[in-house]
Amino acid sequence: MPSRILALNPVGFPPGVRGKRLAPRLGTLEGKTVYLVDCRFDDSDIFLGQMQAWLAERMPGVRTVVKRIASVYLQDDPATWEEIQARGQAAILGVGH
Amino acid sequence: MTLETRYGVPTVAVHTDKFDRVVRSVAEVNGMPGLRQVFVPQPIMGRTPGELRAYVDGRDPVTGRPVMQEVVEGLTRPLEGDDGVALERATPRLVGPDTEDGLHRLFLENRWTDFLPIVLPTEERVAAMLAGTRRKPDEVVGRMRSTHFREPWSYTVEKVAANAVMAGARPEYFPVILALAATGVTARSSSSGAMAAMAVVNGPVRREIGMNAGTGAMGPYSHANATIGRAYSLLSQNGQGGSVPGLSYMGNQGNAYAYAGVTFAENEERSPWEPFHVSRGFRPDESAVSVFTGCQSTAFSLGLRERHWREHVGNLLRGMDPNTPPTLLLDPIAARQFVERGGFAAKDALLDWIHDAARMPAGEYWDYQLVQNYIYPRATFGEEPWASRLQAAPDAPIPMFRRQDIHVVVVGGETNGYWRIMGCNYQKTMPVDEWR
Repeated sequence: MPSRILALNPVGFPPGVRGKRLAPRLGTLEGKTVYLVDCRFDDSDIFLGQMQAWLAERMPGVRTVVKRIASVYLQDDPATWEEIQARGQAAILGVGH
Repeated sequence: MTLETRYGVPTVAVHTDKFDRVVRSVAEVNGMPGLRQVFVPQPIMGRTPGELRAYVDGRDPVTGRPVMQEVVEGLTRPLEGDDGVALERATPRLVGPDTEDGLHRLFLENRWTDFLPIVLPTEERVAAMLAGTRRKPDEVVGRMRSTHFREPWSYTVEKVAANAVMAGARPEYFPVILALAATGVTARSSSSGAMAAMAVVNGPVRREIGMNAGTGAMGPYSHANATIGRAYSLLSQNGQGGSVPGLSYMGNQGNAYAYAGVTFAENEERSPWEPFHVSRGFRPDESAVSVFTGCQSTAFSLGLRERHWREHVGNLLRGMDPNTPPTLLLDPIAARQFVERGGFAAKDALLDWIHDAARMPAGEYWDYQLVQNYIYPRATFGEEPWASRLQAAPDAPIPMFRRQDIHVVVVGGETNGYWRIMGCNYQKTMPVDEWR
């Protein structure tokens, strides 16, 4: 019978992950301002333009603002997030890949 | 995630369906498995407005539900069980006991290998590897992650040793492998760009451990080159917690360079210029390893012809993607020809010339997809030199790269004057001697 041996596990050590709560949801989008945030990747601006058109046609009571992030998606953009927090009530981010 | 947690703004993220597993996984490891995410077909790139409107009007290919219904509900549906979930995970030190065949099967099933045969990292073999350094086995060497959005995992000297054993490396190589691990730069990026890493070793350690800087240096013709690169690659995928297609690896075509990276020693003795690590502030008698990432594109030529060498080099440079700068990998014959033809007695003079030669019309440059994705946003944000280049007329030739991103390394055995341009991003140079 073949002998049984031990081996070292080659996998690194994961950090602990703290649970984070989502923001409270809106009861309705009617009368609200929704930011469509363009992450500036692979023609996402054209896609969000189509989503904005859909909202204008189907949900005219929703105000939309298309906002491009200031730089590449790999960088934080606090000025944009603060604007959305101050002037909007919800956000749609796209398009991730 | 930032908008949700830090700014309290309800948010829906829209992704393409190919990234279903990876973005759900990223949400989970950020403590937000209930993140509201909606999927549309891949690709977005190159689709007409009408085609993208069809995506909006259509159904989420993952759930089968209407895309806009999911978007609206994602912003309005009350939270139910969407609270954050903490993750407590651990990595046991040992696996087994099992038969040798059973352990090989376990390593394959867990995707801890590169699917080539490995040496099982038994305690005895790992102990032998640890003899290659004075560092303690439980010392944390660094942290890695496959992408900006994932959580970094840490690894100890012993973990690096286990991966070095798996790769077939010898204890005398271990300081170089530890220095690579200490960079914290992954050789297993999850980028859809299917990138690989390149490692260049300089200084006395090259000879001490028998690294190849000459004929075949970048190929499978040196035990040290091959296994050091493979150890760095295995450590990257295991140290960061995985590199699994569709989950933590999204490189669309994969990359054969990634098996062992592009790992070699610089041919300092035959170079007309100072060694690469000296250019980064090290002394010639110090040993160091330099890491480059993003290796995908390679161009090559043979020598430099007297009449049109400038045009030929310019043509090669314009064949590279402008988002990934060039590192010239010159056989000593080609390096000397650059000195003879161009008068580049100093390395900086050559790099200045390359920077100036690599030009294309501004209109063409800004229309590259990767330039649109990664450089144009930075230009519009005012970051130089791109902000100024954005002002150029469409037909005005502008530099394709930043001067500081262009590098040159001498490698090869002078069997001929072939030379290459590797599109890659220099990351950092780490000292080897402190890991001995």
